[in-house]
Amino acid sequence: MNWDKFIVDGLKHGDPLIIGAVVSIVLVSIAIVAGLTYFKKWGYLWREWLTTVDHKKIGVMYIISALVMLFRGGADGLMLRMQLTAPEMKFLTAQHYNEIFSAHGIIMILFMAMPFIIGIMNVVIPLQIGARDVAFPRLNAVSFWLFFFGAMLYNIAFVVGGAPDAGWTSYFPLASTEFSPGVGNNYYAIALQIAGLGTLMTGVNFIVTILKMRAPGMTLMRMPMFTWSTLITCIIIVFAFPVLTVALALMMFDRLFGSQFFTMTNGGMDMLWANLFWVWGHPEVYIVILPAFGIYSEIISTFSRKNLYGYKSMVASMAIISLLSFLVWVHHFYTMGQGAAVNSFFSITTMLIAVPTGVKIFNWLFTLRKGKIVFTTPMLYSLAFIPIFTLGGVTGVMLAMASADYQYHNTMFLVAHFHYVLIPGTVFAVIAGMYYWFPLIAGFKLNERQGKAAFWTIAISFNVTFLPLFFLGLDGMTRRQYTYSAETGFGPLNLIATIGSVGLMIGFALIVYNIIWSFRHAPRETKGDVWDGAGRTLEWATHIPVPVYNFAVVPEVDRLDAFYFAKKEKRSLFKDKIEKIHMPSNNGQPFILGAIFFFWGFFMVFSMWKSAIVAGIGVLILLAMRTFERDHGFYIPVDEVKKTEQSYGGDSV
Amino acid sequence: MMKQLFPIGHVMGFIFSLVLTLVALLVVYTDMSYTMGMVILVSTAVIQATVQLFMFMHVNESKEDKNTLYINIIYAVVVSLITIFGSLWTLVWDW
Ligand code: HEM
Ligand SMILES: [Cu+2]
Repeated sequence: MNWDKFIVDGLKHGDPLIIGAVVSIVLVSIAIVAGLTYFKKWGYLWREWLTTVDHKKIGVMYIISALVMLFRGGADGLMLRMQLTAPEMKFLTAQHYNEIFSAHGIIMILFMAMPFIIGIMNVVIPLQIGARDVAFPRLNAVSFWLFFFGAMLYNIAFVVGGAPDAGWTSYFPLASTEFSPGVGNNYYAIALQIAGLGTLMTGVNFIVTILKMRAPGMTLMRMPMFTWSTLITCIIIVFAFPVLTVALALMMFDRLFGSQFFTMTNGGMDMLWANLFWVWGHPEVYIVILPAFGIYSEIISTFSRKNLYGYKSMVASMAIISLLSFLVWVHHFYTMGQGAAVNSFFSITTMLIAVPTGVKIFNWLFTLRKGKIVFTTPMLYSLAFIPIFTLGGVTGVMLAMASADYQYHNTMFLVAHFHYVLIPGTVFAVIAGMYYWFPLIAGFKLNERQGKAAFWTIAISFNVTFLPLFFLGLDGMTRRQYTYSAETGFGPLNLIATIGSVGLMIGFALIVYNIIWSFRHAPRETKGDVWDGAGRTLEWATHIPVPVYNFAVVPEVDRLDAFYFAKKEKRSLFKDKIEKIHMPSNNGQPFILGAIFFFWGFFMVFSMWKSAIVAGIGVLILLAMRTFERDHGFYIPVDEVKKTEQSYGGDSV
Repeated sequence: MMKQLFPIGHVMGFIFSLVLTLVALLVVYTDMSYTMGMVILVSTAVIQATVQLFMFMHVNESKEDKNTLYINIIYAVVVSLITIFGSLWTLVWDW
């Protein structure tokens, strides 16, 4: 066996950054294993987490993974900024810069933003619709473990074998074996494939959950806005992700088996990759933004103490956005050289999206109007989102004009634009959502004073980091450029941006401090509906922390915001009496399946065919076991439910 | 009893999809005219999609609400037509 191919170049050359990374990974792994053994937590970990099918726990695992990835991706962003601080910096080499911006982009979008959103969906959606779990709890666990092991596979690339370095878009011909002969881009093709399958299953699962498992009386037009946004997002997932699946499979065939789909000879077409990538990629940006809109709608309405303005127009605009999102992908390569008619068409469709988005902005503003606004941490993020996101949206319309885009294309102006939509759009939203819904799981709120300090640090540093990039871009600084000379005059603005990025990292660290501090010191809540009784939707109608079965009795809904009106009219939403509750049983197969996929992927990356076939057979065996298995779950008896209910104080049902 | 326990539909669907894939592969591994190859590819693709829809996605099993089904299928067809013809327009026809 030739072990040389597993060793990354950085290690061979004694690059201090890579050695540091390898050493810290090894040390952390040893520490985790030793800690688990010392505290005898292996059994607990397996029983309570690795085999769980409970949507709340799966959601928590998604969110923890996403937070870890936020730090990995954030550290990457910080390194990129370090290298650009001043002209001719020698912090990173060109190759290293390429690897890091590729990792940063992929990790932030696919392994941070997506799982964070899916995590929040997992925790909140079943509760918001008055259900006890998702439609297919076991499939949900499979989704999580496929995402998790896909992400792990991607993350080991930079220490085992070599990291992908062709950008998060991996355009051909650069990503072909001819120009990227190492294993790096194999990791891209295979790790993303594994994680993407998980996402696709999440999409299916949540569509069925929302369509089939709503509480009695909750018609579609009585659903909370976050539920609506999730439904529409999942429809986009189901239609967009198969394109990624196919594109990645073709990439894998090109790189591993010598097919010629994206080559420049033998009838291949390199731009076909860019085309397919963006057929998925543009809907993907709406997949991470629409749930964020849903989160903001819930928070803004709760903390304005008012119902959401223009409910129907909110739903309609999301539906229109979902269709338009499939009609704009060419705006990512206006400069390819296609004809004017093509560019004009996609220019117009792109600008059209601004209309439904604008409708939503005005609806939030009208919700705020004359509301009794309470400035909690989640509300601060939501209020900051409106102006900052609008700036990102307006620069987006500038980029949408095909002829003007010949100037802006692939400059720092674009980098500033997408960070201006992604960070206030998605990142602020998931953080706000985490603060808002945290008590459901933990039973206490995160400390508000620390939360606000983190908010101000992040909001200010964000603008310091990314506002200068608009001007750098207009001055001609291109993206993915690892260094520049002093004569360009790019120095001062870049220095400001780097200072801002340090502030951003401090802000994220403050959030983690906030969580740890609150676990130890925050006062525990005694009843649900913790935001001063302002909750409007069903997740606030049950106890806190939410019991395994969510609702002892399934609530009945007669209008939009039913919980709010029931409180006002002093009615109860729970009419039936307690009965035995049917629950899905835990199972280790999803975890094992994910682990086998990880090994399969690893063997594929290194073209170790025999091992890959063995792993592939392992996957098939697990699928067959599932097909022939009978598992009808179990019942929680009435007595036990009653006992649990009493332990909460026992008044509500 | 055995009939209820054995997921015959799924197993048949799985075998069908393997066979259809192998037939499509023939186009690469044997010498045939362009038209012939296209005919085989398109017909196996259509049959494949049908097998998936009936054996695994259970389109024939929704009793109550046929409308959602039709809306979904129309949405799927529209999105795929947009993708295919949009790609052809930008990459091949180019005007
Ligand atoms: C910690 C805060 C962040 C910092 C300091 C940061 C910084 C950067 C920098 C310096 C680049 C490379 C610019 C270039 O030379 O082309 C970049 C690229 C990128 N960033 Fe960020 N970023 C941050 C957060 C995020 C987040 C939260 C997302 C997504 C949710 C994101 C998505 C991307 C993407 C997709 C790219 C393009 C990668 C590529 O060119 O292939 N970033 N970022
Ligand atoms: Cu786009």
